[in-house]
Amino acid sequence: MPAGTSPLPLTASTSSVATRDIHFAFGGTKVLRGVDLDVKGGTAACIIGPSGSGKSTLLRCVNRLLEPDRGEVSIGGRSVMSEDPDVLRQRVGMVFQHFNLFPHKSVLANITLGLRKLRGLSRDEAEATALNQLDRVGLRHKAHVRPGTLSGGQQQRVAIARALAMSPEVMLFDEATSALDPELVKGVLATIADLAGDGMTMLVVTHEMGFARGVADIVHFMDHGQVVESGPPEQLFEAASSCRLQEFLSQVL
Amino acid sequence: MDILRTLRETFLNVDAMGQALPELVRVGLPNTLILALCSALLGTVAGMFLAICGLSGSRWLRWPARIYTDIFRGLPAAVTILLIGVGLAPLGLAIWGPNPYPLGILALSLIASAYIGEIFRSGIQSVESGQLEAARALGFSRAIGMRLVVIPQGVRRVLPALVNQFIALVKESSLVYFLGLLATQRDLFRIGQDQAANTGNESALLLAGLFYLVITVPLTHVVNYVDSRLRTGRHGDGNDGADIPDDDLAFATTQEAH
Repeated sequence: MPAGTSPLPLTASTSSVATRDIHFAFGGTKVLRGVDLDVKGGTAACIIGPSGSGKSTLLRCVNRLLEPDRGEVSIGGRSVMSEDPDVLRQRVGMVFQHFNLFPHKSVLANITLGLRKLRGLSRDEAEATALNQLDRVGLRHKAHVRPGTLSGGQQQRVAIARALAMSPEVMLFDEATSALDPELVKGVLATIADLAGDGMTMLVVTHEMGFARGVADIVHFMDHGQVVESGPPEQLFEAASSCRLQEFLSQVL
Repeated sequence: MDILRTLRETFLNVDAMGQALPELVRVGLPNTLILALCSALLGTVAGMFLAICGLSGSRWLRWPARIYTDIFRGLPAAVTILLIGVGLAPLGLAIWGPNPYPLGILALSLIASAYIGEIFRSGIQSVESGQLEAARALGFSRAIGMRLVVIPQGVRRVLPALVNQFIALVKESSLVYFLGLLATQRDLFRIGQDQAANTGNESALLLAGLFYLVITVPLTHVVNYVDSRLRTGRHGDGNDGADIPDDDLAFATTQEAH
């Protein structure tokens, strides 16, 4: 764990992400069957597809929460497979469907935990950074409450702030709005869209087609553990070429 | 009327109680508390270690933990105390002389650790896997993630069960009865029972029982209090954030305005 590393300013360095031939099986079940993906630095890529297509598993292979059985992940053009996975995950931020905030800590402490223990910031530095991030998501006034008192939308925005505070080069969003009440989805999508506008490289697994259409630079359609079709949103949504994508879109749009 | 009189003489004989009272307070109470507290402390430390072993990925840690837990939860406490207190006496002789007290504490601690270990293990396992995932996603190793995020939550969840276990320990400490304790080492039960046997009158034993109640009953209420606090949250409002705060909707609309 690198102590005393000073934090990178937020938008200073954002990197491309690429996966090559990622395979992953849970026990006997093949979930990923050779996934090739390229996300150019500073762009937002959305992954859409039916349940069980392996989208969430793929995200977890990118930051090596799950170790791929085969294949390679590269960030900024360099393979990360031989790097210490814990260090890798300081460079990649992740936001989960169920927020996963730490309920036994205040909102502020949720964010300062990583800054103090992993980046070696002092208490004041960590709090300053954390409050900064909370400002960006409009929740500075909630710094000292427990996450349990917040709405789902607020919790997710805190989760986003927590991930961003670590100055990641890449952000992963795993169905970030799927667990939210409909009224709260817009606020969180707006936050994510803002981040994309600021130039953060992001991989967004989502069911929100409107978001994919409006924010994504590239949309990837996954089915049965593979990327079936990729392209700019207009192309994928208006002129899908594969049958499976056409079928999927007819069901969700 | 005869029955009531007999009952009163048997259980509420003030003289007999008065005879037993000084020893109960000066010897019995401290000893019972020492036995219970020492074994609770040692049992908690060993129990946490057991829980971590029981949850480990390596079967070389899991299986011994499982076997140990099965044995010390499966044996009657009286058997364990005798096996250790009497069986290990020669060993104890070499270390701390002909003193059964440490062996009694050892036996109680081993038993306590088995129960407390299971309590910790179930508490830790009940924490959602997303918590460790989030900690690891930030860059914490699995071990540090467990220490900073999972275990603190797991322990909080089982606080009521832990206090219950301590209550059980207080009562179980009475089983050192079977060991050849010195007069100054006797716990509440032993003193009460000795007096009752000598006077042929149960009042001393009832008094000893009352002392146990003085310890265990308040603890029961502590459990209930901790339990209800855990349910309703620190400010008792039980707010789970179900109401949509105004800033959520406002935030969405201001973003749209860009």
